[in-house]
Amino acid sequence: MNTKVLVAPSPHIHSGDSIQKNMYGVVFAMLPALLLSFYYFGLGSIIVTLTAVASCYFFEFLIQKYLLKVEPTIKDGSALITGILLAFNMPANLPIWIIIIGALVAIGIGKLTFGGLGNNVFNPALVGRVFLLISFPVQMTSWPKALGFQTSYLDAETGATPLAIIKEGLNKGDSLTDLMAQLPSNMDMFLGNMGGSLGEVAGAALVLGLLYMLVKKIITWHIPVSIIGTVVVFSGILNMASPEAYAGPAFHILTGGLLLGAIFMATDYVTSPMSNKGMLIYGIGIGILSVVIRVFGAYPEGVSFAILIMNAFVPLINVYVKPKRFGEKRK
Amino acid sequence: MLKTFSIGGIHPEENKLSAQSAIQELPIPKIATIPIAQHIGAPAKAIVKKGDEVKVGQVIAQSSGFVSANIHSSVSGTVFKVDDVMDATGFRRTSIIIKVDGDEWLEHIDRSEDLVTEITQTKEEIIKRVGDAGIVGLGGATFPAHVKLSVPPGKTAEVLVINAVECEPYLTSDHRVMLEKADEIMVGIEILMKALEVKKAIIGIENNKPDAIAHMTQVATKYSGIEVCPLKTQYPQGGEKQLISATMKREVPSGALPIEVGAVVQNVGTAFAVYEAIQKNKPLFERVATITGKSLKNPSNWKFRVGTPVSDIIEAAGGLPEDTAKIVGGGPMMGKALVSVDVPLTKGSSGLLLLAEEETARKATKACIRCGKCVSVCPMGLEPYLLMVLADKKEYERLENDAVMDCIECGSCSFTCPATRPLLDYIRLGKGKVGQIMRARK
Ligand code: SF4
Ligand code: SF4
Repeated sequence: MNTKVLVAPSPHIHSGDSIQKNMYGVVFAMLPALLLSFYYFGLGSIIVTLTAVASCYFFEFLIQKYLLKVEPTIKDGSALITGILLAFNMPANLPIWIIIIGALVAIGIGKLTFGGLGNNVFNPALVGRVFLLISFPVQMTSWPKALGFQTSYLDAETGATPLAIIKEGLNKGDSLTDLMAQLPSNMDMFLGNMGGSLGEVAGAALVLGLLYMLVKKIITWHIPVSIIGTVVVFSGILNMASPEAYAGPAFHILTGGLLLGAIFMATDYVTSPMSNKGMLIYGIGIGILSVVIRVFGAYPEGVSFAILIMNAFVPLINVYVKPKRFGEKRK
Repeated sequence: MLKTFSIGGIHPEENKLSAQSAIQELPIPKIATIPIAQHIGAPAKAIVKKGDEVKVGQVIAQSSGFVSANIHSSVSGTVFKVDDVMDATGFRRTSIIIKVDGDEWLEHIDRSEDLVTEITQTKEEIIKRVGDAGIVGLGGATFPAHVKLSVPPGKTAEVLVINAVECEPYLTSDHRVMLEKADEIMVGIEILMKALEVKKAIIGIENNKPDAIAHMTQVATKYSGIEVCPLKTQYPQGGEKQLISATMKREVPSGALPIEVGAVVQNVGTAFAVYEAIQKNKPLFERVATITGKSLKNPSNWKFRVGTPVSDIIEAAGGLPEDTAKIVGGGPMMGKALVSVDVPLTKGSSGLLLLAEEETARKATKACIRCGKCVSVCPMGLEPYLLMVLADKKEYERLENDAVMDCIECGSCSFTCPATRPLLDYIRLGKGKVGQIMRARK
């Protein structure tokens, strides 16, 4: 008979869930958008994605092994996510060296200076992106058109994004109705037929990814739904108050990477709140800030900044917003 | 939508391997080792000594104090010694060891199968008899049943909630008892209702036992005031507070008892034991347990005499599988790992689970990725990730403020954590310490 028995406290079984499973689940959910970006932007998007992913792995390995002298954690899949997300936020004609700098900032500053996975305050991919946006504004905002599979890379035909068209047009004093007429239809925008970064153009593919993550219980509905809901309500109110000055909800949802941010960036485990209540507050904050920055701020795109700002509040939210305790009196 | 409790919860693989196996009777052991502490509360006091002759059903240890329970002999024979022996948890505890000789029962115990439906005893007599019969909660918590029946002054019970959810994976003993003893259970419930002076009883059963739900619902129509409430299969629904939330939509406040919201919870097996005690004069010295495991030859349910060694029930089910790495008394979520198969089965033994290494091995602990999954599964609305950190840092004041004492130790957080962090291990330590501090303050 087996005489050695394990004696350990309960529970004696585990769900089998693991960090890797969750991370690769997110990667799988990003595939539709990734493949669609290959289709729309062709060679350029493949080069951007491969460069971003490879550099994220490279820097994570290098910094952990030689600088921090810890066991590299590249197997957990988080560097892969950061790489793809970074690429999703870049135009398909971004020079390789800029991509590499973005990866270095994302992994080095965004993630590892805080202590690595689990300890970073800001979403690493967004740190990389915003750094590039500030340092290389021209390269970061020259958007190739989504033309079906293209073999050109750096000299792709460029055009403005819908958000930029509206923002610049309004600043010049054009009427919103005229400007809206220049835009692709809502359906085209939903299917990705517009200018933009790799990951922001294909709303339909992003939503597919969201559904997958919800079904697989990788994330809960709280963050994406509260962001999108808030944007719909807030932009809807503005639009109703003054239809000539403010675009409506459909426009806000379908452009400028709002879906990308709501589905894949804001839901990052590490940098979002722990409780459902906290997640709702965080999502509503991101929704409001996104619209405010877009409508009243200097940048046509507000989502990245909105998420980073709310990232900064997450530790506070975690301390002050407790989940509803069982047996607590409802107010 | 099926009813369930208000927050959190998980759904582990059910693995009810022994659900189809009818209850069989385990042979009487040659030597019975009967511990004097088989319940929560003060241990009973042994009243027999070496050389005494005992019969089945005879009191051999007397309840000592309010929260305590009598212990009866489950066998007939001679007391061989009263000594400290290792119990299931590895501690040495006083036990009465009896050399078995035949099977002679006390005369007044009714051993027939006849159903006795008429309840003649008064409320006070019932409570006293339940106490005398040594009945404890048979769900695994082993809280003396008569204590819960004595409603404190100023409080009134409105509903008797019968815990028949059997939410632990693998276990099927309550399931089988319901299929085979439904009428007896109903009479037991009527007795409990009389003792509590309530007009209504709700039996909560999870919908992974559709045959039990159908059968119990049908039998319940013959008895007034008893209804079956099918529940969504969701662990830990067998927790008292969760069960009350699921069946009555009421939340027992933090730190309070179920009676605060008018509920008293008893396990379905307990209701059967109450029937036997009141209608058949039979004290609690045998019960049904499941023996199960994926590698076990014959996962099955057995009625056993208290004091039978664990090895006997394993033998009856086909012997200990080669790959057994852990022997759990109870279910995989809240059961206790046994140190050996030589310990006795007791009133609290609802099942025995043999786990292979790959099912039970703990994986290396990784850094918390702050996914919040532990928070969303906690049925008490706590923040396990935080409680673990605070316990580790010995920040007992913050632990108390963050309601660590509300933790019901269900293990949902540890079960779920993708970083395989041993959350409950730390939380238990923290609870222990905070409990000490709170008691010292009083
Ligand atoms: S063991 Fe405690 S902290 Fe963990 S889920 Fe259960 S009640 Fe919550
Ligand atoms: S489930 Fe584990 S990894 Fe996720 S927040 Fe809780 S402790 Fe951290």
